[in-house]
Amino acid sequence: MNRRVVITGLGVCAPNGVGLTDFTQSLLDGKSGIRHQPNLEKLGFGCQVAGEPLVKDNLIDNYFTPLERRGLNATGIVYGVIAGVDAWKDAGLKKNTSNEPFWDRGIIFGTGILGVDKFREAIHLIDEGNVRRLGSTSVIQTMASGISAYLGGLLGCGNQVTTNSAACTTGTEGIIMAYERISQGKAEIMLTGSCSDSGPYVWGGFDAMRILPRGYNDNPTKASRPMSATASGFIPGSGAGALVLESLDSALNRGAHIYAEVLGGEINSGGQMGEGSMTAPNSIAVQRCIRNAVSNAGVHLSDIDVINGHLTATAKDGLEIENWSKSLERAGVDFPYINSFKSTVGHCLAAAGSIESVATILQFKEKVVFKNVNCEDVHPEITNLISETRVPRETLNHAPRVIAKASFGFGDVNACVIFKAFVEE
Amino acid sequence: MQEEEKYQKLKDIIKIYLPEDVAITDVEKNSHFMNNLNINSANLVDIVLDVEDAFDIRLENDDMDQMQTVNDAMAIIDAKLKEK
Repeated sequence: MNRRVVITGLGVCAPNGVGLTDFTQSLLDGKSGIRHQPNLEKLGFGCQVAGEPLVKDNLIDNYFTPLERRGLNATGIVYGVIAGVDAWKDAGLKKNTSNEPFWDRGIIFGTGILGVDKFREAIHLIDEGNVRRLGSTSVIQTMASGISAYLGGLLGCGNQVTTNSAACTTGTEGIIMAYERISQGKAEIMLTGSCSDSGPYVWGGFDAMRILPRGYNDNPTKASRPMSATASGFIPGSGAGALVLESLDSALNRGAHIYAEVLGGEINSGGQMGEGSMTAPNSIAVQRCIRNAVSNAGVHLSDIDVINGHLTATAKDGLEIENWSKSLERAGVDFPYINSFKSTVGHCLAAAGSIESVATILQFKEKVVFKNVNCEDVHPEITNLISETRVPRETLNHAPRVIAKASFGFGDVNACVIFKAFVEE
Repeated sequence: MQEEEKYQKLKDIIKIYLPEDVAITDVEKNSHFMNNLNINSANLVDIVLDVEDAFDIRLENDDMDQMQTVNDAMAIIDAKLKEK
């Protein structure tokens, strides 16, 4: 069984826009969601800027009951529920009000670490000898699968409900997992996405590794500089993105709006061998992942006209371009348009793949390639390989046909998914 | 503290834990938290914590096990307040 799979719903809770309307506008304009974070300054972080979604209190009331809001101290769950429920609604789907679970609808919603602030609360109570004061929500807010569990209950899904975790590839991996489940006929509709908590306890470890820029604390919107000669590290972020994947048959039967088709993808690992390590990618695996994704998708290397890279704004951006160029066997002006949204969104870690995939898909709807920001000075390592014109610095009126989206993560893990503009036949 | 004031205070605590199909006006002194009011068993531990905070008392594990109805809760609160 190899059924066609399409995208019928999107939702997003991103540092530069909560909801599709604001997010789209920010991408068109290159508006940054990276801001100075007073708590990081207070705690003496080297990098005191980050991308955090601005979620108003009264917005949370639309998604959580007063009981659910009590003691809710897990930002990842808030972001994930907003994005997930929004995507469901955007697909024209309703919450389950019957007495039977939706057997053919499931959820794969990933995260890296969930409910960190809630866990901190619990640790303090436990260390004070007060374990009895934890209440009933400590477990559900800190278990990794808390996010898929919340969404599963809210929507009444009866197919697979799970949480995947593969560092910064999490969101992209989830899309491929959901695609495979539907393609194989095991589900009709899958809500997939990922979320990542905000705050010093999530971002601190990266600051300690000295891989975050320290020179932009007074200039946050300039801090994240993917593909730039002056890139000096990634800016941490948080939030959630969500996509509704659906069998083409189900989407057509429902008369649902179709954003794009998922043609397939590939997930692999470099085994932390060769140049690969816990934190660095093995290029052989990256290239293999991209090539297999294209071949699994049943398209030619030359069909790809837009790439959304991982491109975090570290010294590895040049290597990533080289890997794309080698695997697609394309260079110079023949190279596809390429962009990275991390300049305005930051690197949202486990949420990166899903937030960036939502943005990637929005390019089909808007018939544009969103601009790269903070990249006036494209790195010479990159211009040695591809023409500078392939790195649009202004939003480009180009209706994408086939887009490749990749994410790479700690543990030497890779995911690449291929999206295609949907044309009714 | 008057009996009626205590009862009101307890009802204010219970209110948020009631499922959609149970109204605060359905709560009576002999209501069973789980069987009559359909309160999720996991939330009983939260009600205990709220009672502790509202009345500035501490409930032990035995007290929690015995707290099945609104009346049980009232009796336990009374006993704890007298001990103070």
